[in-house]
Amino acid sequence: MSSKYDFNKLGLMAGLEIHQQLDTEEKLFCGCPTTLRNTADSNFEFFRYLRPTRSEMGEVDRAAAEEAMLTKRFVYKAYDTTCLVENDEEPPRKLNPEALRITYQIAKLLNMRVFDEIHTMRKIVIDGSNTSGFQRTALVSTNGCIETSQGNVGIGVLCLEEEAAQRVEDKGDSVIYSLDRLGIPLVEIGTEPDIVSPAHAKETAELIGMLLRSTGMVKRGLGTIRQDVNISIARGARVEIKGVQALDLIESIVELEVQRQVNLLDIREELRSRSASVPGDIVDVTDLFIKSESKLIKKALKKGVVMAVNLPGFAGLVGREIQPGRRLGTEFSDYAKKSGVGGIFHTDELPAYGITQEEVQILRQAVGAVEGDCVIMVADLEERACGALQMAIERARMALESVPEETRRALPEGTSAYMRPLPGAARMYPETDVPPVVVTQDILDAIELPELLPQRKARYMEECGLNEEMAGRMAYSPHFMLFEDVLSKVKGVNPMLVASTLMSTLPELRREGKDVEKLEPDHFEGIFKLIASGGAAKEAVPDILSRITQHPEMSAEDAAKDLGLGGKNVDDIEQLVGDIVAQRIDFVKERKMEAVGPLMGVVMKELRGIIDGEDASNLLKKKIDECLKSEK
Amino acid sequence: MTIEEGDAVLARCEGNTFEGVLMPSTTGTTVVKLKNGYNMGFKPDNVTLELIGKKSDMTGAKVALPGPNPDLPNISILSTGGTIASKVDYRTGAVTSQFTAEDILLAIPELTTIANYHARVCYSILSENMRPEYWVKLAEEVYNEIKAGADGVIITHGTDTMMYTAAAIAFMIETPVPIVFVGSQRSADRPSSDNAMNAICAAKVATSDIAEVTLVMHGTTSDDHCLIHRGTKVRKMHTSRRDAFQSINSRPLGRVEYPSGEITTYLEHARRGERELSINTNIEPRCTLVKYTPGASPEALLFASANYKGIVLEGTGLGHVSTEWIPFIERTIEAGIPVIVTSQCISGRVCDRVYDTGRDILKAGAVEGEDMLPEVALVKLMWALGQTSDIDEVWKLMTTDMAGEITRSSRTWGVYS
Repeated sequence: MSSKYDFNKLGLMAGLEIHQQLDTEEKLFCGCPTTLRNTADSNFEFFRYLRPTRSEMGEVDRAAAEEAMLTKRFVYKAYDTTCLVENDEEPPRKLNPEALRITYQIAKLLNMRVFDEIHTMRKIVIDGSNTSGFQRTALVSTNGCIETSQGNVGIGVLCLEEEAAQRVEDKGDSVIYSLDRLGIPLVEIGTEPDIVSPAHAKETAELIGMLLRSTGMVKRGLGTIRQDVNISIARGARVEIKGVQALDLIESIVELEVQRQVNLLDIREELRSRSASVPGDIVDVTDLFIKSESKLIKKALKKGVVMAVNLPGFAGLVGREIQPGRRLGTEFSDYAKKSGVGGIFHTDELPAYGITQEEVQILRQAVGAVEGDCVIMVADLEERACGALQMAIERARMALESVPEETRRALPEGTSAYMRPLPGAARMYPETDVPPVVVTQDILDAIELPELLPQRKARYMEECGLNEEMAGRMAYSPHFMLFEDVLSKVKGVNPMLVASTLMSTLPELRREGKDVEKLEPDHFEGIFKLIASGGAAKEAVPDILSRITQHPEMSAEDAAKDLGLGGKNVDDIEQLVGDIVAQRIDFVKERKMEAVGPLMGVVMKELRGIIDGEDASNLLKKKIDECLKSEK
Repeated sequence: MTIEEGDAVLARCEGNTFEGVLMPSTTGTTVVKLKNGYNMGFKPDNVTLELIGKKSDMTGAKVALPGPNPDLPNISILSTGGTIASKVDYRTGAVTSQFTAEDILLAIPELTTIANYHARVCYSILSENMRPEYWVKLAEEVYNEIKAGADGVIITHGTDTMMYTAAAIAFMIETPVPIVFVGSQRSADRPSSDNAMNAICAAKVATSDIAEVTLVMHGTTSDDHCLIHRGTKVRKMHTSRRDAFQSINSRPLGRVEYPSGEITTYLEHARRGERELSINTNIEPRCTLVKYTPGASPEALLFASANYKGIVLEGTGLGHVSTEWIPFIERTIEAGIPVIVTSQCISGRVCDRVYDTGRDILKAGAVEGEDMLPEVALVKLMWALGQTSDIDEVWKLMTTDMAGEITRSSRTWGVYS
């Protein structure tokens, strides 16, 4: 991506936080399976409220406090695959040993030394995504590094933690969560802020993703890996952008955050040069809008009020774009929404939404706005409207100071929206229900490094003769173990056939609606044995697989027989082809060797799946040749 | 200078340096809390520590509380060790229980809208370390609070033995005001704790018209309502769930909606000011509960009769023990030690007139404990033996409803409704 920014000069510092679910049998702190469920299958529902615990320092974490302001009701959907541990109704079990083993392996891949003793902590999170009000997390190692094209990138932390519950729906005063995901083991890998450019961020994320997948023990698919990006520029502030699901977005995320911070700093300079200020006096302007034709206002006034505040010196800047499609006003609005309103109005964008020029004029008068001032306004229930304006005022004050430190949510376009303030460090204490895990050298020595995916790909090209494209697909596929299994168990099988069966035939069958989940490793072994021994031709593979999906109790041989493919020996086949030629002797005499093409159709109709197409063609040529010779 | 827990240190291990706070360790490793909040452990041989700062006392910022409101009732909170409020020191990871009224109110500010509070610590013990002797002291404290004008008393208690203490106080005190037991099933340091809702509902009951000894805890796993259980009819029925406490052989006395605090009652109950305050704390703690199991040797009973002044039997089904035990029961009673029969079914009423062994138990002189919970029968027997040594008087007390522990009719309720 070419950029208009000189990231080096701007002092860009970026780090990644990668969250990857592990593919374990059981969850991190209970015996439940790590399977995701359809919310329609939930068999039980309950709700709770959360409140921040007071800390010794007399302070509540600022991120936690902001969430608590909302006094939300959290509704949880439970399943027959979740238990009292997810419900926060039973103490956690010991740390899952399988998850620990995978984490040790990842530590080795990241050149980290695992601590002698691992302590599980409670990290306060009160957005409801953890029923307990905290996430259980354990720091496993620090001080690792990986090599990239721009030099080493340090790995600051490797944590093993529990996945949070999935947010199903936010209804404003209540949020619905699904408990199936809560407790799935998750590794968190945090890099040092050694990343120097958007492209470098993408490269680093790809590299870490590759290392993780090389273990063969991580979950695949949408939502199983999430990237958070920490970004700052020299004069800006650290901003954490959460939930980047696609690797391809990372570059834009970094670039657009740089753009946002540069623009916010420009706005600050402009505000300062205008001597802008934020007195923050909220004025009730309900009376001015009683007769308003605006649908939004009308609706709000049924039960609510219209409140406004003047921002001296802000005119034009609230409406200024800071990221594609996002303005300073959007940032105000994001803050305001925290108190439950749908959004704010500001005079940089008015008249609009059915609000007339005249109404804007009297609004400006009512709050004492002069030229160069911007007025922001909220229509909603009184408490909510005032809360929203307070939040917007707070954000406007920040605009005079600097870029606020924030946790933001990644949006699909690569931009981001405000979520909450950056959490402070003071929000962790020991999970006393989980005993510390002692890690001995013996345990670590027994952990083997997995073959890395690029190495595996190279091996498939070299040893198995796969072409580069297929070798890459096969090496990165979860089917790679099956591929290697078949190759080791079936002598003489063509690796390309096995690979294309797994990578192309299976998806095709799935698309046709066949239940390919029913296919077991034994089935594949049987099919390729049958083909390697000449019992069936490679063309028969899709039909045999398809038949087995309907009758999983069948062996490959049974399925072949069932399809009428079995039981023909070489002599029978020669006889059959000979007969086909003999029956069309006049045609063969007339067309000579050119009869091969038309007759192939007849032959393959009889022999598809029984012999290889090429073999059939050769046999037919031989028979025609014999026939022509004998006629002479 | 020596390094102590709580000091800021640099920990050096294999070329890496970690800055943090030295933490207490339970396993002999050196535990350091890093700046990012995580704890980690080093083998002592692998690490060298350097002191970079002595621990400082972090005293919390004082938050002003509203003064007492003359329009609100006055409630006394007596603590026995169960915590309804905790504070977390994220710097050291320490969780401390809070007992002063001020700290409780800071943790649960909603309480200030319900009453004015006076808080006292009676004991700081784990509920499993509770003893019958402590019930006596607690009863006296409750009595004193009410006598001094408390409009209601809340007793915070660990949940494990809360039902025993609640029953004891119910037998010991005649009360003109509500006496409410409350606890939490999930520790008060976690944002999801049931402590706050239970405490708020308890305060509602303590200021209500229900002048009885009650126990107020979650009614379901959701934060929707608390149930008000009669102190003599309640049992902890689950190790960990929030709604562990259930009324047995009785409907709950009522319920409190959350967060509205609205109270609905289901049973007749004593009303505020109806009864005169009185206290009777004489007890005989040397009583025991013997559970009969298939093939159990009567030796158990023999041992009990040699060491105790009263025995509650937890029999099978309607209240049975094997034929082998009958002569031993007879001898125990002949020795002047009362034997009360209850059932390990927990739910339902004892009836020893249906089968032969039952009739034999009665013939041997044991008395049916009606629909009393075995644990409540035990507490009651201690109290009854504290009142009189005349065995006929004991029998009479044990078969008469004193504090709601025996109901006249077995209603369809609870899991069997």
